[in-house]
Amino acid sequence: MCQTCGCALPDHLQHASTEHDVHTVEVLEGLKSHNDAAARHNREHFDRAGLLVVNLMSSPGAGKTRLLEATIEALGGRHRLAVIEGDLETENDARRIRAKGVPAVQITTGSACHLDATMVHRAAHALSLDELDILFIENVGNLVCPASFDLGQHANVTLLSTPEGDDKPLKYPVMFRSSDLVLVTKTDLLPVLDDFDVEAVKEHMHRLASAAPVMALSSKSGPLDAWLEWLEAGLAERRRPFRPAPSPDGERLLTRPGLPGHLASTAP
Amino acid sequence: MHELSLCRSLVRQATLVAAEHGAPGIRRVCVRIGPLSGVEAELMREAFPLASRHTAAEGARLEMTTSPVRVHCPRCEREAEARVNDLSCPLCGHWQTRLTGGDELLLVSVDLAAPIAAPSVPSSP
Repeated sequence: MCQTCGCALPDHLQHASTEHDVHTVEVLEGLKSHNDAAARHNREHFDRAGLLVVNLMSSPGAGKTRLLEATIEALGGRHRLAVIEGDLETENDARRIRAKGVPAVQITTGSACHLDATMVHRAAHALSLDELDILFIENVGNLVCPASFDLGQHANVTLLSTPEGDDKPLKYPVMFRSSDLVLVTKTDLLPVLDDFDVEAVKEHMHRLASAAPVMALSSKSGPLDAWLEWLEAGLAERRRPFRPAPSPDGERLLTRPGLPGHLASTAP
Repeated sequence: MHELSLCRSLVRQATLVAAEHGAPGIRRVCVRIGPLSGVEAELMREAFPLASRHTAAEGARLEMTTSPVRVHCPRCEREAEARVNDLSCPLCGHWQTRLTGGDELLLVSVDLAAPIAAPSVPSSP
């Protein structure tokens, strides 16, 4: 360590002609502070309007748009829905949503692999937030980058389609650790995919110390009940005027039923 | 490659620090990244020269330290190092651990080039 200024750079003297012309400033600030500030701002907008904002993430083709179409069919009569669509190119998905009678704002990211809070902010201003109950953000299909950016959403939902394999949580721990709910989609294909085990997905989520529920469904053949109930419970939570302080995670988790035996075993 | 977005953000923060201190340039930027931050150090290294072009951080060295993944186990009340995709307690096997390190993405410090003008007094809000 340099004895003069305390910096940890071994070749400190090489990059400074004299020790006195370099001045180290401690910062200790998150690298995403700019995005996080924009995300907080978005969340304020959303909270003021009293709506639930759900960020959908998955690899391309896992069925995000199809899930949204089925969700609109089931909930569109009861709740006012809207979608912000993130795509590299084309407005195809937004067109599919609009065809269901729901407003959709397209964000075309070009070559960017994720949405960020500023993009969502611009898109949100194209919607009448006060006239909505649930806003879905369909993130860019990608299991890596979207996990790194807070958009101001209230919940992250990660889709994992059965053809992708049940080991995705272990391969993409950053994405799955950030999930509040994992939806195993395309379960209508399970009869021909004998190597996909929904229980294994749950165990892999536990390996990531995540208690996020794992639900399995087919947007094509249904039923979507558990997913719709989860959404409505989330909306009710947003609408509750006074929310009690959440109990510590551990307390809630210990009461969860259906924990695999080996994971629930006591310390030796 | 979201590392380019993050590098742009890093450069923005570092150049703000330089501006606050009236420094003409930045010599070195130190960041700390955890394996669960979703950032690849090598890609950051490649993105940094692009993101810092025509800014006060152009030509600066990017130094990255990686921090280990650590979990605290509420059952055995100990802290231990864990693997990126296995956050269960390595000591007792309990799965409901709490991450205590490994997802950081921090700008730690900035080395500013002289001359150091008297630090500008931040205007009070």
